[in-house]
Amino acid sequence: MIEIKDIYKTFGDNEVLKGITADFKPGKNNLIIGGSGSGKTTLLKCIVGLHAPTKGQIIFDGENFTEMDFEQRVPIRKQIGMLFQNSALFDSMTVEENIIFPLNLFTTMSKEEKRDRANFCLERVNLKDKNKLFPSELSGGMKKRVGIARAISMEPKYLFVDEPNSGLDPQTSIVIDDLISELTLEYKITTVMVTHDMNSVMGIGDHIIFLYQGKKWWEGSNKEIAHTDNKELNDFVFASKFTQAAREKL
Amino acid sequence: MFTSFGRYILLLRLSFRKPEKFTVYWAEVMREMVSVGIGSLGIISIISIFIGAATTIQIAFQLASPLIPRSIAGSIGRDTTILEFSPTISSLVLAGRVGSSIASQIGTMRVTEQIDALEIMGVNAPGYLIAPKIIAGVTMVPVLVIVSIFLGIGGGYLACFSSSDVSTSDYITGLRDGFDPLTIQVALVKSIVFGFIITSICAYQGFYTSGGALEVGQSATKGVVYSCVMILFADLVITRLML
Repeated sequence: MIEIKDIYKTFGDNEVLKGITADFKPGKNNLIIGGSGSGKTTLLKCIVGLHAPTKGQIIFDGENFTEMDFEQRVPIRKQIGMLFQNSALFDSMTVEENIIFPLNLFTTMSKEEKRDRANFCLERVNLKDKNKLFPSELSGGMKKRVGIARAISMEPKYLFVDEPNSGLDPQTSIVIDDLISELTLEYKITTVMVTHDMNSVMGIGDHIIFLYQGKKWWEGSNKEIAHTDNKELNDFVFASKFTQAAREKL
Repeated sequence: MFTSFGRYILLLRLSFRKPEKFTVYWAEVMREMVSVGIGSLGIISIISIFIGAATTIQIAFQLASPLIPRSIAGSIGRDTTILEFSPTISSLVLAGRVGSSIASQIGTMRVTEQIDALEIMGVNAPGYLIAPKIIAGVTMVPVLVIVSIFLGIGGGYLACFSSSDVSTSDYITGLRDGFDPLTIQVALVKSIVFGFIITSICAYQGFYTSGGALEVGQSATKGVVYSCVMILFADLVITRLML
C-alpha cells in the first residue's frame, strides 16, 4: 500500500499541491483525475520521487520514501514500474533491449532467462515477435504496450501510469485500460494512474481522487462518481452534452 | 554563473558514483569510444591533412629569405602542428561534431522523459549517461590528436611534394631538427583536458534541458559555444604552465 500524507509542493511562488492525503491499496486501480493544471502529474512525480515534496510524507508499505537518500530508495525503485505519457522508450534500443534493460542492471539472470522474460512480457501485452523492432517503428498504441511490458519486467509491486490514453484512439485506449486493469488484479499491484479520460474513469476506476486547484476535492469509486453532488467534479466529469445525457439515463 | 558552476560540479560528482553493474557501464563506455573515436576519424583526417599542407606553404612563403634555411618550414610546421593545430583545432572541430551530438542526445532523452524513466528504475542517470561519454572523451580525443599530428605532418610533406617552395628533403631535415619531446606531452595534456571539457560541458547542457525541441537545439548550441570558449581558455593556461 502507498500512503501519502499532507503533501505540499511549491514551485517558486506557485503552490501546486496543497496538503493532499490519500491511501492507494494493492490490487486496485487508483485513479488521480482533475483538469489541466490541477496538480495530477506533479503529485504522481512526487510519489515516484522525481519531485521532492515541499512538505509531507510518502510511505511505501510502511517505509518513508521521502526521508530516504538515492541509495536507500533503490530497493523500492526496483519494485516500481512506470508507464509515461509518451512511453519514454529508449530510442537507441530495440523493444527487447528496452524490456531487458532493468534486468541487465538489477538481476543476475542469464541471457536465456532474460530473453524468456522479455518474450513473456511481450506476449502479456499482445506484442509477440516484435522483439527486434525499434521504438520509431511502432505505433502509439504499440509503444504504450511496450512501455507496460518494460514496466512489468521486474515484477513490480507498484505501477504508475501517466495519462496512458493521450494520443490514442478510443478502441486502443480501452485495450490499454483493460491491460492495466488485468495486470493490477492478476499480480496484486498497487496501480496509480493519472488520467482525464472519462472512459478510463468509468471503466476501471476502483478508487478515484479528484484534484481541484491543488487540493483533494473528492474521493470515491466509479460507481459513486455518477451520483455525486460535488459541483466542481460534476463540471469536470459531465462537461459535454453527451456525458450529461448519459448521466440522466443512469 | 556560480549556481551553474555548482550544478556542473555536483553533476560530475553524481556521474562518477559507483555503477549499479560494471559490465553494463563498460559496454556503454565501449560504444561511446567507437562513436567518439571512429566516428570522428574522417573529419579529423581531412582537416589535419589540409591544415598541415596549408601551414607548410604559408611558413615557406613568410620565411622566404636567403638567410633562413629552407628546412625551417619543417621544424616550425612540426611544432605548430603538435602544439596548436592538432590539439586545439581538432578539439574545436570535435566540440562541434561530438559535443553537439552529446548535448542533443541527452537533451532529447530529458524532454522525452527517458531520463525520468532511468531514475524511476533506480539507475543513476548521470552515471549511466555522462560518465561513459567523459571516459570516451578523455581516452579517444588524445588518440585522435595523435592521428591528427601524423596526418598534419604528412599534409605538409604532400604540400612540399606538390610545389617547389620547399623540397621534401629540406622538409624532412626540418622535421628531425631540434625535436623536443615536451611538445608531445603538452599536446597530450591539452587533448585530455579538451576531451573532458567537450564531453562534460555538453553533457551538462543536455542534462539540464527543459522544454521541447527548440530548447534541445539551444542546449546543443550553448554546449558547443561554451566548450569552444573553455578549450581556448584552457589552451592558454596549459601553454603558459607547460612551456
